[in-house]
Amino acid sequence: MSLVNYLVLSGILFSIGSIAVLTRRNAIIAFMGVELMLNAANLTLVTFGRLHGDLHGQVIAFFVMVVAAAEVVIGLAIIVSIFRTRGSASIDDANLLKS
Amino acid sequence: MNQFVPPEIDWAALSPVLIVLGLAVVGVLVEAFVPMRARRATQVVLAVVGVGAALVAVAWRWVVVQDEGPTAVVAGALREDAPALLAQAILLVCAFVGLLVIADRSSGEDAFAPAAAAIPGSAYEAEARKAGLAQTEVFPLTMFAVGGMLVFPAAADLLTLFIALEVLSLPLYLLAGLARRRRLLSQEASLKYFLLGAFSSAFFLMGIALLYGYSGSVRFDELATAVPATSGLDGMLLAGVLLVIVGLLFKVGAVPFHSWVPDVYQGAPTPITGFMAACTKIAAFAALLRFVYVVVPGLQWDLTVALWVIAILTMIVGTVLAVVQTDMKRMLAYSSVAHAGFLLLGVIALVPSGISSVLFYLLAYGLATVGAFGLLTLVRERDADGNVTGEALHLSQWAGLGRRHPVLAVCFTLFLISFAGIPLTGGFIGKFLVFGAAIEGGAWPLVVIAVLASAAAAFFYVRVIVLMFFTEPAGTDADPGTTVVRTEGLTAVAVVVCAIGTVLLGVLPGPILDLTASATKFML
Repeated sequence: MSLVNYLVLSGILFSIGSIAVLTRRNAIIAFMGVELMLNAANLTLVTFGRLHGDLHGQVIAFFVMVVAAAEVVIGLAIIVSIFRTRGSASIDDANLLKS
Repeated sequence: MNQFVPPEIDWAALSPVLIVLGLAVVGVLVEAFVPMRARRATQVVLAVVGVGAALVAVAWRWVVVQDEGPTAVVAGALREDAPALLAQAILLVCAFVGLLVIADRSSGEDAFAPAAAAIPGSAYEAEARKAGLAQTEVFPLTMFAVGGMLVFPAAADLLTLFIALEVLSLPLYLLAGLARRRRLLSQEASLKYFLLGAFSSAFFLMGIALLYGYSGSVRFDELATAVPATSGLDGMLLAGVLLVIVGLLFKVGAVPFHSWVPDVYQGAPTPITGFMAACTKIAAFAALLRFVYVVVPGLQWDLTVALWVIAILTMIVGTVLAVVQTDMKRMLAYSSVAHAGFLLLGVIALVPSGISSVLFYLLAYGLATVGAFGLLTLVRERDADGNVTGEALHLSQWAGLGRRHPVLAVCFTLFLISFAGIPLTGGFIGKFLVFGAAIEGGAWPLVVIAVLASAAAAFFYVRVIVLMFFTEPAGTDADPGTTVVRTEGLTAVAVVVCAIGTVLLGVLPGPILDLTASATKFML
């Protein structure tokens, strides 16, 4: 199977992720969209690593996983604290800051 | 079998980063092992000493690099050259004064929630406040952010750049949500900053993946050699470079990636806003300079249009929206967006003097920013019982402040005229140098727009000055409504340092100009 297929798949995943961030109103779902985008980038990195025949792509993917895990910790902490305050994790409800 | 070859690491070259990150880890241990009463003092001393020691280490490395020339550190992941060290020094100076403001307890309380996990307005929060709890994790978090910022200007490969970006961003997301007062706003700022920041770092990462696919490497030097090669994959290269630049422009708050700036600057605790506004911008611009000056020259023709449009939009949108603000912090936020536009001129110039002029501008801007936000923490509201409450941020509350508190008002005026770029302040020299570099780089239409935008921006800075000195205060003399609280002294020290620095940069810029003049070339 051609490696290009993996690139196409990662492109699709990246688009789904970014659309989820832009359109979904629940902070958790929007955040899942970000994670999907990170994983799409990972897939791209690993595929290019295979294409170039070196290990850098895979090593970077491991780094990204660690970063994504750290991001989840911080993100969920923020979302949970705002949920406990308001009883909702909707981004639309968070509208006190306006110009 | 392949033999494992351990990399050679020049630990001395890493000393500034190691000091800051090491003391941040010690700070985490302090949280666990030091008794509560001594915790805050320990953390403040650790943080201030750590940043000070890192500054000394950077000065030492500067001397070494001047003698022995720039080097690649950690198997080429970092570069130790003049621009990186100078950016780190500027960063540490601003972080130092920023930390003093963060550590200050004006009116007996610091700016942070006594228990960040407590629901705002709950009984638990009231108890925590009464018990005098303090969220001393602020200091290690700030140190981690400073550590990431120190790596950012020196990073010479995209992976290091990405990790440094996250190390500096993640603590800031949390710090933005820790305000003692107006906690809903603060939490909302934190959420917005986090979601948009994570979104932009995903684009940044995709850019890295595309550049890796194009060149088979994430090192800047190898990318730079791969750029001129025509391989039929130019689209991928261009998309990758653009996405990486977008990730960096998000951090500096350039239009159209600026939507988080006003909200986060307004909602975050004011000392954190000052720290973040100054230091993130310094780190991100230093990294942007390295990326653009090392990788992009081969792509100049393809990227010029995009960068010009972004710079023009940033200057105009920042200035125009700052004029209509009535909230002090939002106004300064939009003014910082406009400053990002002016700084972009030096990046676009792509001439050696662009690097040194941007670094000088960043120092002038950073000092004025920390000083201005430090002063904002001191001007407070009073409730009906005469208790001091949150910061008085509405413009009208600053009316007549110059008559009651002339020293504070004069210092604030000084920072504002430095922002506006009026002569005899650091801001003027900075703007002059950056605009000069842009003309040298052939971007004179941008300079025309920048000069016009500066003139328009002077309007809203002068409006605040007029408000402070020539407007009758709203309240009576007995109950002014707005009050200035006493500091522990730390904010006063920080503001005085910033004010002296701003004046010296304007009156006697010679020594600093000599320093920046030697930082005109990135090591490939």
